[in-house]
Amino acid sequence: MPSVTMKVNGKEVTADVEPRTLLVEFLRQNLALTGTHVGCDTSQCGACVVLVDGNSVKSCTMLAMQADGDEVTTIEGLANGELHPVQAAFKEHHGLQCGFCTPGMVMSAVDLLSKNAKPSESEIRHWLEGNFCRCTGYHNIVKAIQSAAERMSA
Amino acid sequence: MYNFDYHRPASLAEAASALQGADEAKLLAGGQTLLATMKQRLASPSDLIDLSGVGELKGISVEGDSLVIGAMTTHAEVAKSDAVKGFCAALAKLAGGIGDPQVRHRGTIGGSIANADPAADYPAALLGLGATVVTDKREIPVDSFFTGLFETALEEGEIVTKVRFPKPQRAGYAKFANPASRYAIVGVFVSQGPGGVRVAVTGAGPSAFRVAEMEQALAGNFSPDAIAGISVPSSGLNSDIHASADYRAHLVNVMARRAVESAS
Ligand SMILES: Cc1cc2nc3c(=O)[nH]c(=O)nc-3n(C[C@H](O)[C@H](O)[C@H](O)COP(=O)(O)OP(=O)(O)OC[C@H]3O[C@@H](n4cnc5c(N)ncnc54)[C@H](O)[C@@H]3O)c2cc1C
Ligand code: FES
Ligand code: FES
Repeated sequence: MPSVTMKVNGKEVTADVEPRTLLVEFLRQNLALTGTHVGCDTSQCGACVVLVDGNSVKSCTMLAMQADGDEVTTIEGLANGELHPVQAAFKEHHGLQCGFCTPGMVMSAVDLLSKNAKPSESEIRHWLEGNFCRCTGYHNIVKAIQSAAERMSA
Repeated sequence: MYNFDYHRPASLAEAASALQGADEAKLLAGGQTLLATMKQRLASPSDLIDLSGVGELKGISVEGDSLVIGAMTTHAEVAKSDAVKGFCAALAKLAGGIGDPQVRHRGTIGGSIANADPAADYPAALLGLGATVVTDKREIPVDSFFTGLFETALEEGEIVTKVRFPKPQRAGYAKFANPASRYAIVGVFVSQGPGGVRVAVTGAGPSAFRVAEMEQALAGNFSPDAIAGISVPSSGLNSDIHASADYRAHLVNVMARRAVESAS
């Protein structure tokens, strides 16, 4: 089996994997980072979104081998003693109900705010095109991201 | 997904020989279509040749009157590129409207055109601008590149290396997107340039096609009104749960007018 090395949440990891191992399987099964969810397994829902070299991607549609040498950030890598501002805003504004979509939503929002510090409501809604939520109706998710944007650029 | 051997060559020459050397090898670009196909076991390659390490396939440059986009350039890179925006804003807009941000971070122009999905956006841009597809073996004018449903002029083992676009005076793109996937139910790309007017339609038929009657009308008068009365026949157009052939034929005219109106 080939070996893969990547930096996950700041820590270098190396493992032997079957080439067909998906990045999300590697994170959940090899590294026990189960915060990244699998909703659809067909690149539709965004529950599996993580950052690879600073860009949000669907980890169900990427091989672990494709992340060889890359830096990966999962939901577990955000909090640093206290919640990341995006996480805190989701909590404060009730941006979640069952929570299944939340890790992907938060990672997608973190990526958006790193590229566009003050997005408009419409830009936020368009950015979330690949993230489905079956509970909240999106309104509070959008509010949470607007609030996080204000706090982070203050 | 069945297992396979994985390779990440560092040069085009290595990629070509890895492709020749294996039983049933396939190229892997962004994987946004191929990995899904493999999960469904509709493809079961013996080897995957990941092109992400091949530097020759990356980058965007303006060379004289042409814009050159490397095959492994992602949709997100094209959408935000100042070089692309300055050369043809409609092309940057088209790339920024593909799927969602995560798909745009991985999906590539080379993968999109090699795949030739009937509802993909890029085929309309290539055909609508009169682009040239450059491979490791030859140059293919776009008018003979898209040959049918998921079919192109690419031969077994041929690698798309870049796409070259001539500079238009003006161009516009309008798509009626599937609300779930953002794929085009109908998308129309129009341009006016040194080669005349081109009108290219994606999403409506088995593969992207041009509408000669609209091109002639727009050559005389580049305005939405000039094509208001021109309809395409619905026979042979796609018909599925998203839209009937008749509705697609109707949308071709509406999107063509919007594309002309937005052209800059
Ligand atoms: C949820 C979702 C929504 C999407 N929405 C849209 C949309 O709105 N519009 C749209 O146009 N597309 C859409 N796509 C498709 C996306 O744009 C991808 O670009 C496309 O799937 C293929 O590109 P890729 O780089 O991922 O190629 P891959 O999946 O890696 O490869 C596709 C095929 O091309 C071959 N190939 C790849 N590179 C080369 C090369 N250089 N030379 C020769 N052959 C090559 C591969 O062997 C394979 O057969 C969507 C995809 C998803 C998952
Ligand atoms: S699990 Fe990856 S997009 Fe749904
Ligand atoms: S909170 Fe339940 S799916 Fe979003």
